[in-house]
Amino acid sequence: MFKKSIQKLAIAMLATVTMAAATANAQGDRTLLGAGSTFIYPLYSKQFSEYNKKTGLQVNYQSIGSGGGILQLTNKTVDFGASDGPLNEEQTKKMGAPVLHIPMASGAVVITYNLPGNNNLINLTPDIIADIFLGKITKWNDPRIISLNKGVSIPAFPILVAHRSDGSGTTAIFTNYLSKVSPEWAKRVGAGGAVNWPVGLGGKGNEGVSGIVKQTPGAIGYVELIYALQNKMDYAKVRNKKGSFIIPSLASVTAASNVALPADSKIFLTDTDAKDGYPISGFTWAIIYKEQDYNARSAARAKEVVDLLWWTIHEGQKFATPLNYAPLSKQALAVAEKILKSATYKGKPIIK
Amino acid sequence: MEGMNSVKTRKSFGQIRMESFFKRSLITIALLMVVLVLAIMLTLLVHSMPTIKSLGFKFLWGKTWDPISDVYGGYPFLIGTLLTSFIALFISMPFAFAIAIFLGEYKPTGWLSNLLKNTVELIAAVPSVIYGFWGLIVLVPLVQELETKVGILPYGIGIFTASIVLAIMIIPYSASLGREMIRMVPAQLKEGAYSLGATRWEVIKTVVLPYTKSGLFAGTLLALGRALGETMAVTMVIGNSNMLPTSIFGPGNTMASVIANEFTEADHTLYLSALIELGLFLFLVTVIINVIGKRIIKKVTKE
Repeated sequence: MFKKSIQKLAIAMLATVTMAAATANAQGDRTLLGAGSTFIYPLYSKQFSEYNKKTGLQVNYQSIGSGGGILQLTNKTVDFGASDGPLNEEQTKKMGAPVLHIPMASGAVVITYNLPGNNNLINLTPDIIADIFLGKITKWNDPRIISLNKGVSIPAFPILVAHRSDGSGTTAIFTNYLSKVSPEWAKRVGAGGAVNWPVGLGGKGNEGVSGIVKQTPGAIGYVELIYALQNKMDYAKVRNKKGSFIIPSLASVTAASNVALPADSKIFLTDTDAKDGYPISGFTWAIIYKEQDYNARSAARAKEVVDLLWWTIHEGQKFATPLNYAPLSKQALAVAEKILKSATYKGKPIIK
Repeated sequence: MEGMNSVKTRKSFGQIRMESFFKRSLITIALLMVVLVLAIMLTLLVHSMPTIKSLGFKFLWGKTWDPISDVYGGYPFLIGTLLTSFIALFISMPFAFAIAIFLGEYKPTGWLSNLLKNTVELIAAVPSVIYGFWGLIVLVPLVQELETKVGILPYGIGIFTASIVLAIMIIPYSASLGREMIRMVPAQLKEGAYSLGATRWEVIKTVVLPYTKSGLFAGTLLALGRALGETMAVTMVIGNSNMLPTSIFGPGNTMASVIANEFTEADHTLYLSALIELGLFLFLVTVIINVIGKRIIKKVTKE
């Protein structure tokens, strides 16, 4: 009986929180609000529910997309935002005050394809990937692909490119990679969450792209690693900067971030220098204001936010692998710690 | 006599007050709709000012949509919207009219009629994302087969597939309105024709259809409006290519679909503004088509 009424109360409270999400500081200090990236949502919901069991702190996270999360943080209606890409110039300016990017985990983009009768992972090099997506390689039996995949039977299908039609962090990482490895791509198309694709069909979301790929023999597309793992899709080994062909996996994605990182962590990890790192990967970040004293927030609330994020990059990391997220590498963790420690309340560090 | 008169007058004062109150509320509510539509248009206009200022009329004729270099042209999406909507309309019309005539004239009552009527109405109630899924899973492979037979690249998704999905979605709008119109044809007219020896087909051809043509056309217009604005189902099967469609089997994109796809992650002012201007553009296209449609209805009724 008692338990049930508590449950009811909790549901009622949650509903109230959702409805009153307009002003974060109107809430009690035991409920934090976050919004943004849909990519990290499954990891966050696991982490936040574990954290709630441990500390009683409630986190209400709305997975409305990175852009929406950044907007909500700009309007100061949430305690933290979550984004799969670093803030651009305009977004930074609109924030009005310095913000911190804290890496939470890494994700990767895999090249998936539909080649009937082929059971091996195919090898691809950066220039071949770029030329396929530029529309310059149009047949699977192109000599450059064949010579890379000796002993693999590759049918003479025409190549159909599938890309995301909606703006997304996945596209941002992928096009950032292509811009780094192909000067022509950088000049003709560029990098961003949505670009002017030279060729191909657009599908909405990972499921849209994989739908096109699955239904069309000869199709090639890109999806999130998690999505590919969960749906047991074929994906290509990609040659990295150091010359080895890397199978996309949680280990190789974590390895990609184990390199010298800038102090603010605001980089795309694509085309990594790491020897065993998968080259098309990227961080997903939590974003908070550096100075936590705004909108009459209490010191306690500021500490709750920083403590929560501290926990997610330490104990919380153990929930990453089972959910197919690549945990932070040693180097990434060190940078994340330093960034979190730089958060202040009334000019004083919140944690030491 | 006098007493009776005064009672009557008092009652009519009450009636008059009620009448004027009712009339005033009607006007207020109706005007509120006008204000709402104007406000929507104004909001769209204000928020699309950045692109209107920087691109001007190039937005209408430009063929490139490139958020990275901030070049926005809505022309391919205008063509995509018009193509899918009108092809859908042509596909749906025979079905919609057949249902309307059958339910309105041949079988106005009975279990078969009810079943058919409810089924058609159910088509309108199914969420559009379901149509998108159905299109992707069932229709796309069928179209791929067709394309293989015709000898073109078997994408399966594209303008044609999107039009078929749209056609199914808009059937109930013209069918329901058409049925109501046909049932409203005065019995005397039809009986007159029968008594002159007309067959059923002749009655439909010479009495029912001429009598209801403006109504049937209005239903078609309603269906067209629905097709112009449909988003989710289209986006899932149209191929979302930002280039000008080269054939009806090729991929394309519609204005509503582009907005739905790109709105949430439009990360700079000009980009967002371009999407909102696309919304304004769609709004104006819908208005223009409606105005033309109303003109045609007027002309048809006069004849």
